Amino acid sequence: MLSGNGSPGLKSNSAGTRTPVWLSLWQARDLVAFFALRDLRLRYKQAALGVAWVLLQPIATVAIFTVVFGRLAGISSEGVPYPLFALLGFSVWTYFSSATVRASEVLVHNPALVSKVYFPRIAAPTGAVLPQLVDLAVSLAMVGLLLIYYELAPSWRLLAVPVWLTLLILTAFGPAVLLSALNVRYRDVQHAIGPVMQIWFFASPIAYPSTLFSGHGELLYALNPMVGVIGLARWSVLNTPWPGWPLAVSVGMVGVMLVCGVSYFRRSERTFADVI
Amino acid sequence: MDVVEMDHVSKRYVLGQRLNAREALHAAARRLISTRSSPGPDIWALRDVSFSVSDGQALGIVGRNGAGKSTVLKILAGITTPTAGVSRTRGRVAGLLEVGTGFHPELTGRENIYFNGAILGMSRSDITRRFNQIVEFSGVERFLDTPVKRYSSGMYLRLAFAVAAHLEPDVLVVDEILAVGDAEFQRKCLGRMQEAEGEGRTLIFVSHDLDALSKLCPQSIWLESGRIRDAGATEAIVRDYLTSALSSRESGGPVYKSDAVTVHDIRVLSADGQEGSALMRGDRLRIETVFDVAEDIPGLDLAVLVTSSGGVRVIDEMLSDRSSMRLSPGRYRVSLALPPMLNVGGYTAGVWFGTSYENLFDLPTATPFTLHGSDLERPERVLVLNLPFAVDRLDAAPSPHRDSVGGP
Repeated sequence: MLSGNGSPGLKSNSAGTRTPVWLSLWQARDLVAFFALRDLRLRYKQAALGVAWVLLQPIATVAIFTVVFGRLAGISSEGVPYPLFALLGFSVWTYFSSATVRASEVLVHNPALVSKVYFPRIAAPTGAVLPQLVDLAVSLAMVGLLLIYYELAPSWRLLAVPVWLTLLILTAFGPAVLLSALNVRYRDVQHAIGPVMQIWFFASPIAYPSTLFSGHGELLYALNPMVGVIGLARWSVLNTPWPGWPLAVSVGMVGVMLVCGVSYFRRSERTFADVI
Repeated sequence: MDVVEMDHVSKRYVLGQRLNAREALHAAARRLISTRSSPGPDIWALRDVSFSVSDGQALGIVGRNGAGKSTVLKILAGITTPTAGVSRTRGRVAGLLEVGTGFHPELTGRENIYFNGAILGMSRSDITRRFNQIVEFSGVERFLDTPVKRYSSGMYLRLAFAVAAHLEPDVLVVDEILAVGDAEFQRKCLGRMQEAEGEGRTLIFVSHDLDALSKLCPQSIWLESGRIRDAGATEAIVRDYLTSALSSRESGGPVYKSDAVTVHDIRVLSADGQEGSALMRGDRLRIETVFDVAEDIPGLDLAVLVTSSGGVRVIDEMLSDRSSMRLSPGRYRVSLALPPMLNVGGYTAGVWFGTSYENLFDLPTATPFTLHGSDLERPERVLVLNLPFAVDRLDAAPSPHRDSVGGP
């Protein structure tokens, strides 16, 4: 129960009431799970190929990358077989982009939920970034198969997988909540998000290593938070060199985006029902 | 102890708030250079509304469309925040502003029960505990694993209400849900709300169905243009509200104004009763409209409409069906006499203007009215016509005897 001003069970609704984010999320944990489950259930209903779609996209993309960037352009992949290198980067990227895009739509696609029912609003974008973890798991299983195929043994660094998964979820969460709230007021988000994601994709070290940049350039490049998390993932699974300072810069950016996203969401959620 | 309290609550809506990014930038720039705040026009949906409801009480809210009833409920339920003032609630508040919010057509009945329950604030264990009750109440056991898009609309409504009905909140906030569904469904809803009241839950109920309101709520408030016009015993409030609804148009402005036609008044009167008295089932009614025609429109025609609270258009009588009168510019009063044929319940009367080529305007719900009386007479029927029967006995030996029953 909320305790707005000391007495138990009393809830006040006024222009000044605020509940901390973590408390809202904790109260709505079941709802977050239901949002996520609903999304998963709906995703492949009446799709004949079902979950196979999760496999097809990365396979097709990585095949093209291998030919274009790996063979034709001869881009370095830090000593790792190129398909493996690109697939891991692409899997991490796909999680980020699909989670963000899904979250940006979740409120505007359910206007009646927003205008007719009260629930902690943050539960909706949070529930939307979770189902993509299933796709990520499938892609990571393919990475595992490729590791076996190339006869590469992972090291103790594999223990760091939960660490970069957490970082990845947090990286997506900031933009996800920001865009879900922005989209309620400005539907421009729906149109902008495609091109932005496309640019962001090429600005991230997916088809190429971040070591293309050096010195200050690399630190500047790491302002793109995807640099840090992809570097950490490759370090942990593919034994590439430790990302170092760029990782710290990226983690800082993730923090900034989280604070901005959550605070904008909290500020605008009180008017969602009025403007949606 | 008060479980619901509204303390000087006001709510302002800024019109045209859905700016695009370019307009938003402009607005932001304007705010930087000018000290005047929000340029857009705004409306006060609520102005300084205060009331309180104590534990286990039921409060009704009456008022015309746009009086702010739904805004009160949305603020109580926490869906939107007041611009000024505070609303306080104690315990779990469940708002039923729409039946079936959050239902997804592709999901099965079972999946929707869980998701809808979660949206309405139940935990997973709450839902599991009440699952059987919900299913039993809804009567859709056999279709639990069918996507709800294949449900009939009646099944859909029953399932949706069943979830909401088993919320067990401390405060239940209900908006006009009785406007949907068939009479049996409405009875079930009312019954369930009466039960909730009996269990000591606090109920706040908005309805155009003033009979239902009177049954459920001993106390009511009357909202008008965002302010509380009156509060007190429901019986007195409903009577004053009905009387005002019938007579307010005389003092107020036109109901509808266009270049060609201005409608000054649409009212429903009892043909023999006094003006302003409540309408009873069995009364002969007169639907009267006063309007000005400003332009000469060839073939101008009007229709008088009556719609039941269930959305059925019961009456749609065109003037040209029975009269060849030309509506040349001038002022008119047109009355339609209605025999006692409508059952107890809520209706709206309205008019349509147009020609055989175009609609000028359509005001189907201009004037709500309620026919009072005992609802024992099979409330699911809209019309009570007492039509004649003819009964022929077919198995007996041929006989000239033929029985006639009934007759107008």
